[in-house]
Amino acid sequence: MTEFLEILRQYDVLGAFWVNLQLTFWGALLAFVVGTVLAVMRISPLASLRWAGTTYVDLVRNIPLTVIMVFLVLAVWGQLGVVLSQDFARNFFLLAVVGLGVYHAAFVCEAIRSGVNTVPVGQAEAARAIGLPFLAAARIVVLPQAFRGAVAPLGNTLIALLKNSTVAAAASVSTETSTAMKTMLEFRPDYRWEIFLTFAVGFVVLVIPIGLATTWLSSRLAVKR
Amino acid sequence: MSTVLFDAPGPRSRRYMQAGNVVGAVVVLGILAWVLWTLHGKGQLDAGLWRAATNPRSWQYYYLPGLQNTLRAAAFATVGAVVFGVIFGMGRLSPVRVVRWFSSVIVEFFRAVPVLLMMVFLNVLFGVSLKDVVPESAFAAVVVALVLYNGSVIAELVRSGVGNLPRGQKEAGLSIGLTAGQTLRSVELPQALIAMLPAVVSQLVVVLKDSALGQLIGYQETLRSAQILASGGGNPLQTLFVAAVLFVILNVALSWVAHRLARRLSSRTSGKAEAGPGIGPSLAVTRAAPAEV
Repeated sequence: MTEFLEILRQYDVLGAFWVNLQLTFWGALLAFVVGTVLAVMRISPLASLRWAGTTYVDLVRNIPLTVIMVFLVLAVWGQLGVVLSQDFARNFFLLAVVGLGVYHAAFVCEAIRSGVNTVPVGQAEAARAIGLPFLAAARIVVLPQAFRGAVAPLGNTLIALLKNSTVAAAASVSTETSTAMKTMLEFRPDYRWEIFLTFAVGFVVLVIPIGLATTWLSSRLAVKR
Repeated sequence: MSTVLFDAPGPRSRRYMQAGNVVGAVVVLGILAWVLWTLHGKGQLDAGLWRAATNPRSWQYYYLPGLQNTLRAAAFATVGAVVFGVIFGMGRLSPVRVVRWFSSVIVEFFRAVPVLLMMVFLNVLFGVSLKDVVPESAFAAVVVALVLYNGSVIAELVRSGVGNLPRGQKEAGLSIGLTAGQTLRSVELPQALIAMLPAVVSQLVVVLKDSALGQLIGYQETLRSAQILASGGGNPLQTLFVAAVLFVILNVALSWVAHRLARRLSSRTSGKAEAGPGIGPSLAVTRAAPAEV
């Protein structure tokens, strides 16, 4: 036990987790906005937008996040000279947020789309049968049920995003957990098990409440069929 | 297109849709053109940079060896993950409480810990304390980390695969006089394993993508090779583009196989054969195991 306390005293473990939480928050916000736009494009009646949305999702979700992160730093920042902030560390942080957002947007889009797919066709048919026009049918009948159906997959995406925020190391964010752990392991290889368990348990503690909350929410909001 | 939201359009809506379609296409193509124009303005479409990223030499010494290492790690990890998954998936279905409990803790733990953290730790563990036993610490760290994470996901697939079978399957087994264990082994598991095959193939996409994390611990896979190649030619944009295309081709092929499998196998099981989403625990898992995450 004393080993754990010494680790926590010597290194800023909580600070590292705080960086990951910030990455997750901003990444999730960006992913949600872009993902919703993509989902709307993919379920729209316009073939060109559908095609663009599908292409984005099929491309991005098949590229490793690590490749996206490295690309952002080496190519977009290094080669094209795109600067998001004058502050050096802040610039890498923002690039990592962009990487996380761009990558997970594809999965947010799929989550929302799978939510729409949970709505039986009979619901839309019933809405039309009682004379609702398209927008009203979508707003009152289809979309509310679709969002309820999307809660569970969105929660899964959020958990994946939290875990993937460690990949920000590939975008040179040096204060987040995986880099912090690497440094600690280098300096205190004698405490390697304690160091790993500290970080691992930290993530378990963060992930499990999100999972429980999502499951609770999705079963509470689920449309009983 | 989702059939829930739209009726078949009439003549007027069809005219509107055509107009909207053109506008949408113009916007999308405009964005693409703008990107290409910017790249051109910065000299990134220069043929020399692209030739340096795609000449035979770079394939021979960088991409192909990198790809080989990526596939090697993914192959080992896949076999290990399936073994791990079946063992712990059965463990979670065991009638013995201690076994069930132990398997659950293992599976939930490794599903919650980021793969990168495991890789970094295992790399140090193998490289420092097990140096004599493990010859190639980065490779071993990549493989073991992928096995632990993806094996846990597959364990969940096994469990939910059994849980998703129609109840009649188990009842039929019991009613012809099999014990619960025999029913699990000879009636439920075979069908569950077939039903989960497409989702396992989809999980291979995750394995392949996560193998690129090996870059961060110095494993010479595709991404790292592309990066090293770029450090010589000063063209990371071009080489990383090639690496990304390689990953997309591999993963699209895998997803295609998964969908084909899902369609072909659905007649051979009473479970539901469907491909996974390619991120984190699959949706099928969430649906089947609402009580715990």
